[in-house]
Amino acid sequence: MTKLIVDGHEVDVPAEFTVLQACEVAGAEIPRFCFHERLSIAGNCRMCLVEVKGGPPKPQASCAINVRDLRPGPNGELPVVSTKSPMVKKAREGVMEFLLINHPLDCPICDQGGECDLQDQAMAYGVDTSRYAENKRAVEDKYIGVMVRTSMNRCIHCTRCVRFTAEVAGTGDMGSIGRGEDMEITTYLETAMYSELQGNVADLCPVGALLPKPYAFKARPWELTKTQSIDVMDALGSAIRVDTRGREVMRILPRVNDDVNEEWISDKTRQVVDGLKTRRLDRPYVRRAGKLEPATWAEAFAAIAAKTNGLAPNRIGAIAGDLASVEDMFALQTLLTSLGSGNLDCRQDGTVLHPKAGRASYLFNASVAGIEQADAILIVGSNPRRESPVLNARIRKRWLRGGFPIGVVGEAVDLTYPYTYLGAGPDTLGDLPSSFTDLWNKAERPLVLIGQGALTRADGAAVLAKAAELAGPMGVWRGLSVLHTAASRVGGLDLGFVPGEGGLTAAAMAAGGALDLLFLLGADEIAIEPGAFTVYIGTHGDRGAARADVVLPGATYTEKSGLYVNTEGRVQLADRANFPPGEAREDWAILRALSDVMGHKLPFDTLSGLRAKLYAAHPHMARLDEIAEGPVADFAALGAGALGREAFVSPITDFYQTNPIARASKVMAEASAVARGQFQQQAAE
Amino acid sequence: MLDDKDRIFTNLYGFGDWGLDGARQRGAWDGTKGLVEKGREWIINEMKASGLRGRGGAGFPTGLKWSFMPKPDPLRPSYLVVNADESEPGTCKDREIMRNDPHLLIEGCLLACVAMQAHACYIYIRGEYILEKERLEAAVEQCYEANLVGKSNVHGWPFDIYIHHGAGAYICGEETALLESLEGKKGMPRLKPPFPANMGLYGCPTTVNNVESIAVAPTILRRGAAWFAGFGAKNNAGTKLFCISGHVNTRCNVEEAMSIPFRELIERHCGGIRGGWDNLLGVIPGGSSVPVVPAHEIIDAAMDFDTLRNLKSGLGTAAVIVMDKSTDIIAAIARISYFYKHESCGQCTPCREGTGWMWRVMSRMVEGRAQRREIDMLLEVTTQIEGHTICALGDAAAWPIQGLIRHFRPEIEKRIDQYAANPHSEPVRDFGIAAE
Repeated sequence: MTKLIVDGHEVDVPAEFTVLQACEVAGAEIPRFCFHERLSIAGNCRMCLVEVKGGPPKPQASCAINVRDLRPGPNGELPVVSTKSPMVKKAREGVMEFLLINHPLDCPICDQGGECDLQDQAMAYGVDTSRYAENKRAVEDKYIGVMVRTSMNRCIHCTRCVRFTAEVAGTGDMGSIGRGEDMEITTYLETAMYSELQGNVADLCPVGALLPKPYAFKARPWELTKTQSIDVMDALGSAIRVDTRGREVMRILPRVNDDVNEEWISDKTRQVVDGLKTRRLDRPYVRRAGKLEPATWAEAFAAIAAKTNGLAPNRIGAIAGDLASVEDMFALQTLLTSLGSGNLDCRQDGTVLHPKAGRASYLFNASVAGIEQADAILIVGSNPRRESPVLNARIRKRWLRGGFPIGVVGEAVDLTYPYTYLGAGPDTLGDLPSSFTDLWNKAERPLVLIGQGALTRADGAAVLAKAAELAGPMGVWRGLSVLHTAASRVGGLDLGFVPGEGGLTAAAMAAGGALDLLFLLGADEIAIEPGAFTVYIGTHGDRGAARADVVLPGATYTEKSGLYVNTEGRVQLADRANFPPGEAREDWAILRALSDVMGHKLPFDTLSGLRAKLYAAHPHMARLDEIAEGPVADFAALGAGALGREAFVSPITDFYQTNPIARASKVMAEASAVARGQFQQQAAE
Repeated sequence: MLDDKDRIFTNLYGFGDWGLDGARQRGAWDGTKGLVEKGREWIINEMKASGLRGRGGAGFPTGLKWSFMPKPDPLRPSYLVVNADESEPGTCKDREIMRNDPHLLIEGCLLACVAMQAHACYIYIRGEYILEKERLEAAVEQCYEANLVGKSNVHGWPFDIYIHHGAGAYICGEETALLESLEGKKGMPRLKPPFPANMGLYGCPTTVNNVESIAVAPTILRRGAAWFAGFGAKNNAGTKLFCISGHVNTRCNVEEAMSIPFRELIERHCGGIRGGWDNLLGVIPGGSSVPVVPAHEIIDAAMDFDTLRNLKSGLGTAAVIVMDKSTDIIAAIARISYFYKHESCGQCTPCREGTGWMWRVMSRMVEGRAQRREIDMLLEVTTQIEGHTICALGDAAAWPIQGLIRHFRPEIEKRIDQYAANPHSEPVRDFGIAAE
């Protein structure tokens, strides 16, 4: 710890603190533009200047000096920093004036207005007049992709975006060209950015130079209602804030959650917003004479009830989709159980993971934050960059710190960090090269990241067992980490939403002739063969609805309060931000109403009633934001076989089109097209 | 006046052979092995005792700088980097050394490397210096052939020397920007601390020295610190290359003792001021970045670090720019302003935005298209830049204007009044500045 005096107050801070952090500890507010907690220090905006006694007689950039670099006085007095002296005031005013002389006065038409660092700090630290009588600089706007719109006249060259793409995203898309006042921020030859995290540069931009393109001129920040929620685009469960105006979701922003997403979210999480409004199911439909026709709720329920009557329980089944909340699945599970059916599955992709092997067999046991404690990682059958870009950024962050051997078994793709490519298929796992195993065996906290690409195969159980063996025994450190691709999956496995004794798996249910009545709870990633009478409860007119005989319109993740369990087993609550469109209802309520018509009334009338039952059955669901550590996994329960030889392939071929909401989004379609175009272009070079 | 026997750069004008044979005849590479064998401590102590202050402009004691290098660590080798990115307007001393006496520099590199226990030296040459690069490369080649340098050279200190050709950016003469550029990045200065002695080239301990500082080292060590310290005033020891340009009768580069009075320097070597001493307007004594000194203050001033600093200017690189009364001093400073605006790297705010602002105001003031109150505003803008930037380029851009306003304010006011009495509407002229 290091002591120093800030504005007359003595503070004691860790030696690695910067003066800026020490000032904050002392309660002094330090304005800044280029400094960001999660990026390297640039020290170029010069806004955070403070006066340091004993140093040279000029103000110092507080973000760039360490408290341990401060010199004590001649008689051992503590270093003195002042943040309110006339010198500091003048320095701030000077820097602010320089920042503003070439900054356009277009706040009234700038989307950043109201949440702009420059605006706020100009109010607090600037002067009220301008002395600049020359012409302002004009800078051409750049094309940098579909996610971010540029207005480069406003750029203050803080280089946060450059540092983000270089350090966090790892793609180095952005850079500065030119020098002096002609310096411009751009991508190379104005190509679109390659990163799946590119939208974050708009959040980082302290001014209105980089703004979310799809949100341009849509709303002002003070009109928006902010709701804390959880993202469902991948299994990471990023903390998000849903901003709504009236009934409409206007934008999605990240919230800080150091355990999960730090403060980044992927582009799909951020810009899927327009998908929430298009292709929505806003009224029930019933198939009549081969054609889906609008119907009332009563007609739809009657059609289902008529079909149910007299059916043998084993001819009824249910498949839960990737975006379902725990409550929805719990309601459907309760209904099916009361109907006497064991045909339940939440695993559309056919993964071998099963709760009977213990909770630790299907969790990302090392935890997302735990990646930073790991000292070696082996990625098996996964492309984390596509399956969870924010988690991939965490791996990259750990790699940047050094001493982190990374091995990949599976596809050799650009993961934004270098790795040792070990092989393509499971046979490699049994025969890792000694150059890698030497490093691996030395690791105290090895992490095996196994993706669904390795688990949705015939030999999935054997691969999982082999991965568990490589990860070592599950003690305090549990290295076996399963990366899921579906937000609902861990919740479903926790509930036991899997085939009961003699029950059919999702693939078996989808096969023709297996069932007479099939409920699809937002299950769009599986093809249902003709035969069964299909009831689709979901939000979008996607594959499931097209196949269905009855369509019941449900609520998306922003439109209901729901629990989601992320890939590490963390239970998180998403709050409702807006209401479902038209006649659509929350899924659990639909199931409750339907159960009444079917004569198997569910034992709850409210969401809190449902949750009470849920918590009674699964106590860990009540412990929000925590990870309930499951019992040590028993992989023998899954049954093992021989390892195959076929190469692992990531289940995600198109990052932007993985679920019905994303497929309904125009922005995602555009991003997907750009990404595909780029990859072709890269191959041609 | 410096005697010929006391000159270090005896082939400054290129009358002799620049190659190894010629250099040896002039005394280079003589007894170098003995100097190397005396070891690190001796070299550093001798350099400290000589009182040599860095010749790149800042005047930091060279021996002290060398002593900052940490003990050698096999994982973090030490590096010597020679700053041959001589771009300060008015300065042309290093180019003469590299053209005509390159072996003094190479020998100095070897000795400096012994002093800082480095086995590799990089020489970063300014992009425009084509001939100098070729000469220096040829000289290095000669040294390798004669086994004077290399992994197993005759001096018993494994040592390699690499020449890196820059791309002609002024900012790459700033030591940390130079290191960035040498590493292949954009030439933008780094934050200090950490200083290069701790975290320099490739994160390893590095010392960056000017060409002249390194090139004088062998002669100092051969002839002794006391000999070198015998020249010049206290704290301003040694001989120095002066580059005298501008309105003197014969412009020249000349090696002289430090603290030589300005009048003597000009009279002896430059044939006096054009039009006589009464015609002298002012002098920029240390390259474009130091403030101008008016005639009456400079004429009898000693040309050394301390005296000029007391005149609120500086010795800088000793590039003496002499201006007689035919000079439009406002236009001259405006041109310097343009230079700094053009060469600002754009990294930090005050310099990026302020240099352009100052230049624009200056170019209006050349014609008098300004208000008198703008003079004070301009002065305040310079103080808002000075000391607020990462590197010294901000200071260098501010000082010439501060010097102008300090000494020639009536001139600016006269210009403004003249224009106000007869305003016209033509656009502001482009004063000697090539179209962008």
